[in-house]
Amino acid sequence: MQKNLSEKELKKLAPEIRSKIIEILEKAGSGHCAGPLGAVEIYLSLYFGGILNYDPHHPDWPERDRVVVSNGHYAPLLYIILAYAGFFAKKELETLREIDSPLQGHPHRLSLPGIETSSGPVGEGLSQAVGMALAAKMDKKKYQVYCLMGDGEQQCGNTWEAVMLAGKHKLDNLTAIIDRNNIQIDGFTENVMPLEPLKEKYESFNWKVLEVDGHNISEIISALKAARSIFVKPVVIIAHTIPGKGVNFMEWEYLWHGKVPNSKQAEEALRQLRRMKGKINSELD
Amino acid sequence: MLNNKIFLNPKIFSPDVPRKASRDGFGEGLVVAGEKNKNVVALCADVTESVRMHLFRDRFPKRFIELGIAEQNMIGVASGLAASGKIPVVGSYAVFSPGRNWEQIRTTICYNQQKIILVGSHAGLNVGPDGGSHQALEDIALTRVLPFMGVVIPADAIEARKAILQAVDYPTAVYLRLARAKSPVITTEKTPFAIGKSQVFWLPKENFSGITVIACGYLVFEALKAAQELEKEGISIAVINNSAVKPLDEELILQWAKKSKAFVTVEEHQIAGGMGSAVAEFLAQNYPLPIYFMGMKDSFGESGTAKELISKYRLDKEAIKEKVKEVLKFT
Repeated sequence: MQKNLSEKELKKLAPEIRSKIIEILEKAGSGHCAGPLGAVEIYLSLYFGGILNYDPHHPDWPERDRVVVSNGHYAPLLYIILAYAGFFAKKELETLREIDSPLQGHPHRLSLPGIETSSGPVGEGLSQAVGMALAAKMDKKKYQVYCLMGDGEQQCGNTWEAVMLAGKHKLDNLTAIIDRNNIQIDGFTENVMPLEPLKEKYESFNWKVLEVDGHNISEIISALKAARSIFVKPVVIIAHTIPGKGVNFMEWEYLWHGKVPNSKQAEEALRQLRRMKGKINSELD
Repeated sequence: MLNNKIFLNPKIFSPDVPRKASRDGFGEGLVVAGEKNKNVVALCADVTESVRMHLFRDRFPKRFIELGIAEQNMIGVASGLAASGKIPVVGSYAVFSPGRNWEQIRTTICYNQQKIILVGSHAGLNVGPDGGSHQALEDIALTRVLPFMGVVIPADAIEARKAILQAVDYPTAVYLRLARAKSPVITTEKTPFAIGKSQVFWLPKENFSGITVIACGYLVFEALKAAQELEKEGISIAVINNSAVKPLDEELILQWAKKSKAFVTVEEHQIAGGMGSAVAEFLAQNYPLPIYFMGMKDSFGESGTAKELISKYRLDKEAIKEKVKEVLKFT
């Protein structure tokens, strides 16, 4: 697939990706639903919106931009995006979480091309992204490092250790993106352990903060472009999203964080995503 | 008698034997490693001089990263550097690293197969006056259970110097366990040293008692002193410097198990999960032999000098001699 689709094309693709998430999670029988459904536009913008430099035929290309997925439970979305990008065959997606599958429950670097780092335990991706950004500075490399994070992991001390170090080194080659969907396993973030004011927290650690509507592809792409070019400090994009986006009984329902639909729920979810297995796209025009 | 084939320091038992901490040998070796390989970078968490990384920092300021007191972050950053072609040497006190950041080591280094060299200084009771909070007695257990992680315990400063240089070229991540306190330099530049290889430092005479003492790190010297004094009393033992905890030198251990009636293992670490346990796991499956463990018996340390502490916790020369005599009664 092309790396620079138009916004209109990306918008059309979103329900298809969401449907795929439902399909592979239903088949797998376990995994995480709400987060991946909410972050579809973020991933589409990054991989297919003309932002990221990568070569699916040479996943280790040294000049590639790095994507560290810190919240490994977004694996279903990451895998679908990587398959669409051409890192591996789409039919592999059906083996998610099966024995001997390269699609491990949480991403495993050595199992699948296109994965920069193994993740699952949250709160440690930003540290790795900082390490990659520091290495790029040492070697005078031009690549950009992206770190995709959840909001729950903003509660981890390790995250803030990394935030502090990136601020110290003014890592303008680092862009963090927080999927601010307000839910985590035990409930709403502001009940479990309040994160606000999140923007001010990052600003006080010497980061530039951009806030976007995480379902507005145009806004996301502008922020990603700005982050790459105009600031002399690390940038965090706080993308406000709806967990479970597109499926009404999953939206804003934190119990869907770590749950997958049964076949009846999956059928209803796919009906709501209004694609008739790809036969309907026109209503999105 | 001292194994005369491995070029040990001939002045080993003389009062003017040079004394040096293993961390000092490491610090010097790290500079050489940096000169040899431009990809070597060093990370430290606010204990740079204590871990002797200041020598590297001053020589290669652009290749040194000061993390502040943030050991969890230090590991993740090291993983990211390793993913970008660097060979990160990550130093702190063993209590904090691998103590505080074990899960980060497990996930971002080992599960991820990113090669780093993890340096845990101030391991064991010899930390001394800082007390129980600072004496890492669990770090061998923490590291040797991790896939993609070797565990090396140099017996003196020269071995530590060799260990860091070899660890840079070793295919997996390596944990280097270092001591704070000075101890006699018992090897020489010519003494063979390799990750995965241990050496017999003391050979029994013809009247071998059948007791082989297996020691590591700071306590190897105590075991040698014990061997020397026991020999004068007519008790002939063997002493292995078991620097290779993982991978274990199985060939050497098996060879000496077959010659011995019992092993006595000696370490500044909890008996549970330590160097002796590694030996026991191997022998239980391959050549069951009575093993007596000298180490910490499910307790923490306390303040005192290194000498006082290894005496109080029964790990010094006297305690080793006593244990050998006790074991002889059973064999």
